[in-house]
Amino acid sequence: MEKETHSRRSFLNKLWLVLGGLAFAEIIAVMFAFFRPRKTELSADEEAAIITAGPIENFEPGTVSAFVAGKFYLARLEDGGFLAMSRRCTHLSCTVPWVSAENKFICPCHSSEFDIRGEVANPPAPRALDLYAIEIRNNVLRVDTGKLSKRSVFAPDQVTYPKKT
Amino acid sequence: MNILQRIRLSIFPDKPETNHHKHGRGKNFRSFLLHFRPRSVPERTLKLSLTWGLGGMAVVLVFLLFGSGLMLKFAYEPTPGKAYESIVYLNNQVPFGRLLRNIHRWSANGLLFVVFLHLSRVFYTSAFTAPRQFNWIIGLTLFSAVVLSNFTGYLLPWDQLAYWAITISTSMLDYIPGVGTGLKEWILGGPEPGPQTLINFYAIHTAALPLLLLFFMPFHFWRIRKAKGLIIPRSPDEDPSVKGDMVDTMPHLIMREVTLAVLVLAVILLTAMFFNAPLADVANPGLSPNPTKAPWYFMGIQEMLMHFHPVFALLVIPGLLLLGLLSIPYINYETNTTGVWFCSIKGRKMAVIAVIFATLATVAAVLFDEFVVIANQTGPANMISNGLLPFSVVLVMCIGFYMLIKKAFSATNNEAVQALFTLLITAFVVLTIIGVWFRGTGMQLVWGA
Repeated sequence: MEKETHSRRSFLNKLWLVLGGLAFAEIIAVMFAFFRPRKTELSADEEAAIITAGPIENFEPGTVSAFVAGKFYLARLEDGGFLAMSRRCTHLSCTVPWVSAENKFICPCHSSEFDIRGEVANPPAPRALDLYAIEIRNNVLRVDTGKLSKRSVFAPDQVTYPKKT
Repeated sequence: MNILQRIRLSIFPDKPETNHHKHGRGKNFRSFLLHFRPRSVPERTLKLSLTWGLGGMAVVLVFLLFGSGLMLKFAYEPTPGKAYESIVYLNNQVPFGRLLRNIHRWSANGLLFVVFLHLSRVFYTSAFTAPRQFNWIIGLTLFSAVVLSNFTGYLLPWDQLAYWAITISTSMLDYIPGVGTGLKEWILGGPEPGPQTLINFYAIHTAALPLLLLFFMPFHFWRIRKAKGLIIPRSPDEDPSVKGDMVDTMPHLIMREVTLAVLVLAVILLTAMFFNAPLADVANPGLSPNPTKAPWYFMGIQEMLMHFHPVFALLVIPGLLLLGLLSIPYINYETNTTGVWFCSIKGRKMAVIAVIFATLATVAAVLFDEFVVIANQTGPANMISNGLLPFSVVLVMCIGFYMLIKKAFSATNNEAVQALFTLLITAFVVLTIIGVWFRGTGMQLVWGA
């Protein structure tokens, strides 16, 4: 084995390089942690995310009610079941209005259409409107806007039904 | 020496009597102005039709943006609820506030336009060959910085235009598989635009990107010096190594540059005096305007979204185009066309054909998709019917065009690559035009939106 004439020097040089590399990696890690999206007061507050929509009698079957503060729509289907849907279009996040005259959600941005169940009636939206969890307690409806669930198409198990009394 | 003379000497160290330059006065000013210039330049590179002064125009616009931007920092507040209001106040109550904002907006738009033309000029004069290959890459970096500056700045007024343009532009990231949504939430500081977004964009726009520009611009200029200046314009049969006569940089080059700078300044000032930068209603997250359009320089991409599945319109196609742009200096070219506009007479003809074909094909494709096309699939099948299928068709057409035109003209690959570049750029410009002027309510095709 060849013995380097500057073994101590080359070792120390390599050591500088390694330590420098470690320092650089640390800085990247610090910046990564620093720039992560932080939980704001609103998003961390689980209680505030739950919106009381009201007694179920307030909602006629076959209608859609808009909740501006919670940024969702509450749809009551013909069979009495409820769906709480995000107002964000699944195409490019525009706010989709409910057009009751057409009985559809029609997005102003690229004309995506969704039916009352939030399922895509017309592209370019790639999937149905996102859902929020519904809880019905003592016939009062509460929507948890902290729990968003994505779905591809409508499925009957997504609907929340009031308990039969 | 009295005190005034001592002060003067401390600022301008060389006494006039000791300098050897033939013109005594202004020597120190000249040496400052010229220290990054060569003493003399080839006379042939002074021709306006070589560069059209586009690079120089870009520099002037960047300075205008830095200056007006710095002043705007004293008026603007990067918080929702204050941002829009601070701009309204600037427009209406602050002396010259409206003019300042207009200068900033029009310089920004002008810069994007100028750097695009500059890129085209560099390409069409083949000024990206060795030793200028890496400078092309630096130039693309600068171009990206300009586009990002436009994009981050666009959000700052926090009006309906700004809020929704940024909402849909960043939502495009959702379609990148795996990392897309995470990346989007990083940029936005959350799942949707909010106070953190404004802070992020403001920091990027007024600090991070200016620093990037301040580093890469001198790098870009230094690489030009290292390549011994501009390319020499010539006709196809002239010897590329012939430089021709040299002339003094001062006054021949400097006076041309100063004239152009003053002209650019005049144009921007006049535009700013007579045209106001747009400002819509304050941002309303509950109401998406109809239509909701991205900034004009992204309308080409938004128009592509009308026809392709987002993964293709946002990832595959722009990704391939970017790769193509990056590879331009490194292709193994058959001939040396540096300094010749459009490579040759043949190249020019081929480029014209590319423009005509691209325009007709793009318009036809858009109309076809609008009026003729088969039912759009929803769900996962959409990726095939609206994604892989049309993309494959377009890809085959591009490759076919390249091979056909190369064969038909017995062209060199310089000329064929140029024709393909022309084809793609023209298509993108046409898509942008359609998106800006021919899409109206509900993004429907209209005659003159």
